[in-house]
Amino acid sequence: MARLELSDISKAYGETPVLDGVSLTMEPKEFIAFLGPSGSGKSTLLRIIAGLETLDEGEVRLDGERIDHLPPGKRGVAMVFQHYALYPHMSVRDNMAFGLKNAKVPRDEIETRVAEAARILEIETQLDKKPAQMSGGQRQRVAIGRAIVKHPKLFLLDEPLSNLDAALRMRTRIELAQLRHRVDAAFIMVTHDQAEAMTLADRIVVMNDRRIQQVGAPMEIYSRPANTFVARFVGSPAMTLAPASLVASAGPFATVRLGDGAEVETRVRGNALEGEGLQLGLRPESVAVAPAGAATTVGKVELVERLGERTLVYAHLADGLPVVAEDEGNSRVRVGETVGLRIDGSAAHLFDSAGIGHHAEAAA
Amino acid sequence: MSGARDWRGLLFVAPFLSLYALILVFPLFRGMWLSLNRVDLFGDGHFVGAGNYVRLARDPVFSTSLLNTFVLTLMIVPVLSVVALMLALALNNAGRGAALMRGIFFSSAVLSVTIVTLIWRFVLAPDAGLLGELWKSLGWQPLAFLSDPHLVLPALALTTIWWSLGLPMLLFLAGLQQIPRDMYEAAALDNASRWRTFWRITVPALRRTIVLVVMLQTAAQLQIFGQAQLLTAGGPSGASRTAVLFLFETAFGRWELGYASAAAEILFLIILAVTLTQYWATGRAQGER
Repeated sequence: MARLELSDISKAYGETPVLDGVSLTMEPKEFIAFLGPSGSGKSTLLRIIAGLETLDEGEVRLDGERIDHLPPGKRGVAMVFQHYALYPHMSVRDNMAFGLKNAKVPRDEIETRVAEAARILEIETQLDKKPAQMSGGQRQRVAIGRAIVKHPKLFLLDEPLSNLDAALRMRTRIELAQLRHRVDAAFIMVTHDQAEAMTLADRIVVMNDRRIQQVGAPMEIYSRPANTFVARFVGSPAMTLAPASLVASAGPFATVRLGDGAEVETRVRGNALEGEGLQLGLRPESVAVAPAGAATTVGKVELVERLGERTLVYAHLADGLPVVAEDEGNSRVRVGETVGLRIDGSAAHLFDSAGIGHHAEAAA
Repeated sequence: MSGARDWRGLLFVAPFLSLYALILVFPLFRGMWLSLNRVDLFGDGHFVGAGNYVRLARDPVFSTSLLNTFVLTLMIVPVLSVVALMLALALNNAGRGAALMRGIFFSSAVLSVTIVTLIWRFVLAPDAGLLGELWKSLGWQPLAFLSDPHLVLPALALTTIWWSLGLPMLLFLAGLQQIPRDMYEAAALDNASRWRTFWRITVPALRRTIVLVVMLQTAAQLQIFGQAQLLTAGGPSGASRTAVLFLFETAFGRWELGYASAAAEILFLIILAVTLTQYWATGRAQGER
């Protein structure tokens, strides 16, 4: 079973560092997403695993065997490129067979594998076409097919859905999810789209600023962000981060005061926190529009975004802090109004002065 | 659309059309007419029908000049195309050294044919030339490239290749830069050797450029003239007389304008036939793939 280990990988282009001490261990058959903004190093890391970039320091091991000195074609990995990189002068069949011919796979074995991949991807009738005669979605399938026929230990997908239109992206996402159960291999997908990462991956590797920020299951990343970067990057709309200070409280949990004087009782243990430089992290679902009596604080409404089943209310608190709140689908809130906001501290996060996240304990 | 409006549109292209008619269309038909007449510079001439063509068919000087032209074209075009492609492959990177080398290899293309022949006269001269000295230093008898009937065409071909390398090299470089990098990365992941990558990725991607270069060079080399005129004047004893040199001598040496025009028409038809055949053959090959 394929098991990928990255240990302490560093890479610089000249004077510019792009990866700094990255380590990761993948489980067999796991689907991992590298999620991060442009320039976070996620694509470089994928290309290092593929062998398209060299690394300056560190090791890449697949099944215990060190592969970082091997040429790309000898590593047992297959890659689906962002722009597909199909060979334009070859038919779909030849595109898929090219790698197998180079590996001196017997002819009837090649035919069997191509036919099998074509069946899985439902492109049996397209095998004699050239890539230019196909739509974007079909080309994407060929690119995946070219990877499947190699029976790789590890699939590398570089932004596989970014070139598809919205409807096709949804469909392909579902198909990718089904595909991974049909092939006996691990997957790494690079993406900057958190919805892709959340829906497809077993674990998400959030990258920023040349380093891994957090590795975890999708909901763990969402509900227990390791730091302010992960908190803001994952979740849409982004988590509100409000400067806050500790106030004395009787129980074990911290109570904080926001800039406008409102106090929020959290379920984060207070004893590990210092009083200075705290930030309270609030997802939209823990801030609700509420009548004056039940409200924690008030905000002036800047924008109302109606999503159908719920409404997002973008408001400013009295001290100018922007905050996103949630309201019911047929919300009557209007721009310019001042509304009451009830902050549910039980799901709130606290970030200390170093930006490290502290999270609510599961309700007893 | 009204007729008046069409005419106003025509005004915009009129300058070009009139120039085109004056310097291309008129001479083309004038040449065809001349080829059917016996004309010299000093009289009106008279109509001889196919007479000039019959004479050409029996003229051994003309047929030798055509043969020389074909041999030269066959010596030059394949070597030139391959060398230009190899240079382009070697210089297809962003480094400063490569940029300098590209400039150096292209520089010969900006020289006029007079300079080129002057340089190559120094190189090829048996007594004091570069190659002569080289031969002597190796203890061999220097070769008389320009006066040996068997060596004169290779010498002309060499000179022409050196002179003509720049443009095909640039065309190939432009073609190479159109090939997306991820194509090569995909080939690397497909475990393709360098040799296989070259034949299965690079060459197919350069197909159009290769066709263009071969067609342009074939059409150009079938009209080879300046080098032959200046290096050897067609000698020794006609061994390097090319078709255009034959034309030139006939028209401006013996002033037989009708006869020269007939030779020009035949050369025109040959070039047309060869380039159309190449175009048709490559188009067909593409359709079959």
